[in-house]
Amino acid sequence: MGVALKSEIIQVRKEQPEIDIRGLSKVYQTKNNRFEALKDVSLHVNNEEFVSILGPSGCGKSTILRILAGLEEASSGNVRVAGHEVTGPSAERGMVFQSYTLFPWLTVRENIEFGLKLKGLKAKERKEISDKYLELVGLERFANSYGKELSGGMKQRVAIARSMANSPDVLLMDEPFGALDAQTKQSMQHLLLDIWKKEKTTIVFITHDIDESLFLSQRIYVMDARPGRISEEIDADLGLFKDGELVDVDRFMKMKKHIISLLKH
Amino acid sequence: MKKNKWNKLLAIREDIPKKWYLLGILFTFIFLFIIWNALSFMKLVDEVFLPTPVEVVISFILSMVDSAYWGEIGISVYRVFMGFLLACLVGIPLGILAGTFKFAESLIIPVSEFIRYMPAAAFIPLIMVWVGIGEPAKILVIFIGCFFQLVLIVADDTNRISKDLLSASYTLGANRFQVITRVIIPAMLPKLMATMRLIMGWAWTYLVVAELVAADSGLGYSIMKAQRFLDTESIFVGIIVIGLLGLIIDRCFAMANKKLFPWAEGGN
Ligand SMILES: Nc1ncnc2c1ncn2[C@@H]1O[C@H](COP(=O)(O)OP(=O)(O)OP(=O)(O)O)[C@@H](O)[C@H]1O
Ligand SMILES: [Mg+2]
Repeated sequence: MGVALKSEIIQVRKEQPEIDIRGLSKVYQTKNNRFEALKDVSLHVNNEEFVSILGPSGCGKSTILRILAGLEEASSGNVRVAGHEVTGPSAERGMVFQSYTLFPWLTVRENIEFGLKLKGLKAKERKEISDKYLELVGLERFANSYGKELSGGMKQRVAIARSMANSPDVLLMDEPFGALDAQTKQSMQHLLLDIWKKEKTTIVFITHDIDESLFLSQRIYVMDARPGRISEEIDADLGLFKDGELVDVDRFMKMKKHIISLLKH
Repeated sequence: MKKNKWNKLLAIREDIPKKWYLLGILFTFIFLFIIWNALSFMKLVDEVFLPTPVEVVISFILSMVDSAYWGEIGISVYRVFMGFLLACLVGIPLGILAGTFKFAESLIIPVSEFIRYMPAAAFIPLIMVWVGIGEPAKILVIFIGCFFQLVLIVADDTNRISKDLLSASYTLGANRFQVITRVIIPAMLPKLMATMRLIMGWAWTYLVVAELVAADSGLGYSIMKAQRFLDTESIFVGIIVIGLLGLIIDRCFAMANKKLFPWAEGGN
């Protein structure tokens, strides 16, 4: 009996998605009108899954992420992460922003250790963890540099390392490569996939770059604006890419065309 | 070729060779100096109004070897620093609060905006009624002159910290208190230093105002006294000494800023 119960619990745990959003709405009340930024959005992200949210500007992508992070309140609906109702920001939900958010007065290493220090970890433990993540993002040589000495891509690598060092349940990324040039962007995408595979993190990734979403994610939610809502859920885990190279060109083009048509109307 | 050179020197907001920049500085100083010489030595202006540079230099040296004059300098510096420090001690925390919490802003900012337009000099008679003409009076004038400006600028500096930076710290596990102590305050320190540097300049202005009106010591008073005896050289010396002191303090601020905040973007 006891054994059966335990396995049942494990079963439930497995079936429960890491991120579970149900009937989420967000209304912004401005001076003389109300703006429905999100209307009845439901989505889920499984444990260790990489999911993209794709949509036109202003459709509420960032709003979803900020609500997930606990930085903003939902107007109605249910938002659960790792089984808990989201009530405010926490280190369990790391976030990487499109703008550079390094603490300029801290070195790269101190930036990565910021969350660990808040948790009260000792210097030695902090160093062990920051060493690991410095290596993961390939910035060992810049451990003692300040933000102003880094390029845009390097800054975003620090931001990723800084969030990951906290070992959060989920990593929320809001167009993290949106401000980077094409080449840097591509190498960052490869790096992110490597990290995801190594660290087995659950990632929600926002973009309005179709190629990027197809390359990175297992599933894609396509959104529509006014009011912001989810128009389609797309399975992208179809072996389009192998070792970072596009192998199924036909299928890729077909999916891309389909998404373009979704975004167009 | 020649045209090209001028074209480069007059490019909008572009850097020019350092040599040319220094030349520009030197030129204005020498130009002003020549004008001064011409006007005074050729007696184009009465010497009561404009003494010759030689007379001013002699007066300057005489003052510098006079220990009483150093006493005047000392008391003025003391007043400036007391007024300035007091304004900082109260104004900076209030400014940070106002730039952090909207409720604090509502309590602090509108009032400060209002009082800022009341000239500090106009408070002097009132201050004399309140606290007499002793040291507190001068310090209070400087305090009033600096405090309200300081609060407003510090609040604005605080407000300018990017909201994403704050959001990022929340998602790294910081609570509100930690966001203030570990993010807002360190983020604004270089700006705060720049603001203090600016306010220091005003502190000197209000010092002179206070000493001209109600003092029997200090650099402002010695200028006042010199005027009574039509001792124009001494007025010049007083002004130059105040200018030099201001310059020295300003350079100290600039250097401290560079030393303390090597991470800050865009130099001093
Ligand atoms: N604080 C706010 N007050 C009023 N309206 C807001 C507020 N924040 C966002 N909005 C509106 O909500 C909508 C969704 O904003 P959001 O930032 O989530 O869009 P987005 O999909 O991330 O767009 P982008 O791709 O440009 O980043 C926008 O139309 C925006 O104008
Ligand atoms: Mg956005």
